[in-house]
Amino acid sequence: MHSLRFATSLTSALRIQRALRPASHSFRRTVVTKLYTTDHEVIKFDDETGVGTVSITEYAQKSLGDVVFVELPEKGVTIKQGEPVGAVESVKAASDIYAPVSGDVVRINEELEDQPSLLNKSPEDDGWLFQLELSKREELKGLLSEDAYKKHCES
Amino acid sequence: MVPFAGYHMPLTYGDASQVASHQHVRQRAGLFDVGHMVQSNFRGATATEFLEWLTPSSLSTLIPYTSTLSVLLNEEGGIIDDMVITKYASDAFYVVTNAARCAEDLAWFEARLAEWNTSERSNGGPVEHEVLEGWGLLALQGPAAADHLQALTSYDLRALTFGRSAFVPLEGINVHVARGGYTGEDGFEISIPPAHAAFLASALLRSPVQLAGLGARDSLRLEAGMCLYGNDLDESTTPVEAGLSWVIGKDRRTAGGFIGSKTVLDQLKNGPPKRRVGLIVEEAPARQGAKVLAPETSDKIGVVTSGIPLAPTVGKNISMAYVKSGFHKKGTVLAVEVRKKARPAVVTPLPFTPSRYWRG
Repeated sequence: MHSLRFATSLTSALRIQRALRPASHSFRRTVVTKLYTTDHEVIKFDDETGVGTVSITEYAQKSLGDVVFVELPEKGVTIKQGEPVGAVESVKAASDIYAPVSGDVVRINEELEDQPSLLNKSPEDDGWLFQLELSKREELKGLLSEDAYKKHCES
Repeated sequence: MVPFAGYHMPLTYGDASQVASHQHVRQRAGLFDVGHMVQSNFRGATATEFLEWLTPSSLSTLIPYTSTLSVLLNEEGGIIDDMVITKYASDAFYVVTNAARCAEDLAWFEARLAEWNTSERSNGGPVEHEVLEGWGLLALQGPAAADHLQALTSYDLRALTFGRSAFVPLEGINVHVARGGYTGEDGFEISIPPAHAAFLASALLRSPVQLAGLGARDSLRLEAGMCLYGNDLDESTTPVEAGLSWVIGKDRRTAGGFIGSKTVLDQLKNGPPKRRVGLIVEEAPARQGAKVLAPETSDKIGVVTSGIPLAPTVGKNISMAYVKSGFHKKGTVLAVEVRKKARPAVVTPLPFTPSRYWRG
């Protein structure tokens, strides 16, 4: 599994998302932005609530194989971008989870304690890890778009 | 595929996950291609004496066509490699060593042979070492292994109990079959001449036998309490520390006479400073490198050398570790540090899973 970690300043993802936003604010719609890290995490950010849902990517679950244990941050803790906040373990390897952005952990996926295999079956939906209320939205600008992430995986 | 000892080896085969493959070996049978391991013959009138100089095994009393786990020791009693020695006769031995230690082992054999063959100890006749280049080695392991192999040979395998070996005709080819393995299950390690290795592998690979890779091999051997050189054994570890005192022959414990005997005999008498133990770890699994801490003081008292989460048969996080003597007794509650947190770990007797060898 790649563990390359470097700051990136790709902002095109956000620009594209903004362009897609309806021009009229008369019926405001929630915009969910999906962004990636080089550590193979994905965050779905809901721009209305300010809450992001963190998962590992499909690529990460495939490289890990059978996930048998997930360690998550505790609900209520404040985490800083880039710091290790938990881990996903398969029989083969342990992979740290890093906070993709800073914020307060508001919810964790308790299902994973009994069913860590949800991470293999549905990494980005049922197998989500935790939700956090972002304290520094500007950090999103430093994350990768889906295309940029794909390129990262191929490289 | 992963790099291993200079080979590219599969962790798993096809769609079978590591866990499924592990379970298949425990429930039915798996075939491991371990042809990367180094197979050798030692021959010569003084071969017994030579190998008794290199190892602490009692080879003179070993019954022909019997195998024993053994260790190559350096002058300080540290383990250069672990290996299986099969005695054909007092002047002929077949030895299997680790691929990852090939360079070190061969250099050691060569230097010690040169020393031996030029000393008066070889007056009875010199010793020759031959590496079986290109030979196949297949490990057929699991409760269904014996029935499966029996269908391919006229040799009565019931007579071949754990630790025994024989030359057995298999599909018309005479191959060396040793009963044993690296999984804790009943099974066979089959040494095959180069020209027939692929053919016999296909012949053995029929239902219910499935190919099993390095992934399953690791979780199976760990549950069976067996050491992996490079993880659980190295040149700074003695067989006494490694819990392998049982490989030291009874007659060798007083007489010594093997390389490294000074340290080893002293440790047998006075106890070693550290010991290999099994751990069942609560909360997060502890892998190689995790610190072992004393329960109250949180002082570092050891290190984890192998570990897997949720061992497929045991159903718990299991590890092997070395801990300071005194902390090694079964049931002792220690802690291991995983991601900067102390996690409870209980010293557990090895093997984690009972071995199921064929003892007749």
